[in-house]
Amino acid sequence: MWILRLNMADRTYRLEEAPAAYTRLGGRGMTSTLVYDEVDPQCHPLGPNNKLVFAPGIVTGTTAPSSARISAGAKSPLTGGIKESNAGTSWAQHLAAMRIKALVVEGQPAEQGHYWLAYLTWDVPAARPKVEFFPADEYAGRDLYQVFPEVYKRFGAKVAVAACGLAAEHGYGNAGIAFNDRKDAPTRYSGRGGLGAVMASKGLKFIVSDNAGAPGVEVANKALFDQGRKKLAEAIREHAITKPQGGLNSYGTAVLINILNEAGGLPTRNFSSGRFEGAARIAGESIFEGNKQRLGKELYNHACSPGCIIQCSNTWHAADGSEIASCIEYESDWALGANLGIDSLDDIAEMVRLCNAYGLDTIETGATLGVAMQAGVVAFGDAKGAIGLIHEMGRGTPMGRILGGGTGLAGKALGVTRVPEVKGQGMPAYEPRAVKGIGITYATTTMGADHTAGYTIAPEILGVSGKLDALTPEGKAALSRAFQATTAFIDSTGHCLFIAFPILDIASGFEGMVEEVNGVLGTSWTGDDVPRLGGEILKKERAFNEAAGIGKAQDRMPEFMRYEPLPPHNQVFDVPDSALDSVFGEL
Amino acid sequence: MLIHVRLFAMLRHYLPQAELGTFTAVELPEGATVVDLLAQLGVPAAEAKVVFVNGRTRPLDWALAPGDEVGVFPPIGGG
Repeated sequence: MWILRLNMADRTYRLEEAPAAYTRLGGRGMTSTLVYDEVDPQCHPLGPNNKLVFAPGIVTGTTAPSSARISAGAKSPLTGGIKESNAGTSWAQHLAAMRIKALVVEGQPAEQGHYWLAYLTWDVPAARPKVEFFPADEYAGRDLYQVFPEVYKRFGAKVAVAACGLAAEHGYGNAGIAFNDRKDAPTRYSGRGGLGAVMASKGLKFIVSDNAGAPGVEVANKALFDQGRKKLAEAIREHAITKPQGGLNSYGTAVLINILNEAGGLPTRNFSSGRFEGAARIAGESIFEGNKQRLGKELYNHACSPGCIIQCSNTWHAADGSEIASCIEYESDWALGANLGIDSLDDIAEMVRLCNAYGLDTIETGATLGVAMQAGVVAFGDAKGAIGLIHEMGRGTPMGRILGGGTGLAGKALGVTRVPEVKGQGMPAYEPRAVKGIGITYATTTMGADHTAGYTIAPEILGVSGKLDALTPEGKAALSRAFQATTAFIDSTGHCLFIAFPILDIASGFEGMVEEVNGVLGTSWTGDDVPRLGGEILKKERAFNEAAGIGKAQDRMPEFMRYEPLPPHNQVFDVPDSALDSVFGEL
Repeated sequence: MLIHVRLFAMLRHYLPQAELGTFTAVELPEGATVVDLLAQLGVPAAEAKVVFVNGRTRPLDWALAPGDEVGVFPPIGGG
């Protein structure tokens, strides 16, 4: 397998045989290891010495179900620590088909403000990937929905596209990396942590991939792989959440709005309450009903990428039946809805569309706008005002730049104390004072306030992998640690994290995931190895962070959550520091 | 006693008249449990994956009190 290095200082590339030490790595395990090995933790994230690493998962590009994930990693301009952010997109499968274990973007052009497009293809006679660089200034400064069709027209219908937008060109901590969905639109994101800005700082606007002629993934033990694949697919199709026309396929992730609201854990108006009176109007059920009314038929959800059998992505349509935006995820729906006191799906979908157009992470955008509303820049509930602020972010006005810098920066600049962030990254759609375990994850994960890193919501709210009381802090440090370690492994496989629902409840599904990985790699891991291997990745991430100056003192909740009771349960975040420190202390 | 209930996601069809997010008042005998409420609504207990009473998750044998607000969810997930 290859390590493909793009040198952006001179627009050349280099191919290396992946070293033996990397043989068993993929996805997050690969990006975090390479960043740990090669990036100076004290580098400036937008300077010449940061590296942006892309890695498909271990089983990405095979027939493993729901496995088209690409991991992107670097030092984050938002948190100042290590970041891994993954997306579901055919672009992941292109890299895997070309046997690229890691694509590393290094260096930066001497002159800032100019951009290039890297065109990645398979050189059939030479039997290796090849890269050509083209100037891309003509695409800079523009709406990604406009430029994606131009790229497809130029390079052909079968390509896959990775891109950064205006937010990245402005250097925002809130700039994501956009990838193509199944309609060739820029709607799939490695959203968190500002990796788009790292890409733009290297003058790289696009990586366009055409995998025609590529050899495909090498599988060491096909019979074992197939056995695992079947077990996992069966578990996915059996579990009520992930099965065809089950929860996710019918209502998408936005189905969580009502259950979090019921639990009193839906952060509302900048984390000032755990319930939103408009929750039902913006929930997944309303998206389903609204689409049905406007289209005259029931619309079940679609796949973000080839090979996904869960198919949870939705599209919100306007009254005239035209598409406004895909995907109205729970996080986006919450961030631009409940968190801002906005209860109109039309407004929320418009804001999702604008985030996609500008290349912004919807979670960070919503958390930041919540802080802006707290400061009175616009009023809570003022959707027009919020839309105006997103345009300012896109245009790079002074206020736009403050907001584009993320939740922590905006809080400081605007003089706000109720700032829901950890390590500078805005909190996602679960209130730590009402769901204590996810709060522990927010505080302690190497990623900054991040929910997927250790999704304790599964047992705390959803009844998956057990049933725990959300308000109880006891036992939750160990819970978060277990979830964080297992998740780091799943993030390395290339599977969508939603396989966690079936594999945590159905043992054969968990076995199937491990057998798939063993089948591809030729390893003999068991289920017991999963948290161990995940833990090794976490240790490297933590070591990087500590060398970057991020230690225990940053594994803390914002102070206001420790003294301000949150309605309706009127709890504060009362997890003791010793419990927070035990998460990694006892890893 | 009067209990206020909402059914969500794939359970909504058991209360077809209820507008999404609005409560339906249900009359139950004193001492009734969540299971009794589900039986009254015709919701199979096996389909009620998570039940909230006044915002706290409770088991199916939880005894209800007058004025309780109950939310019932089938298996759902997300991120």
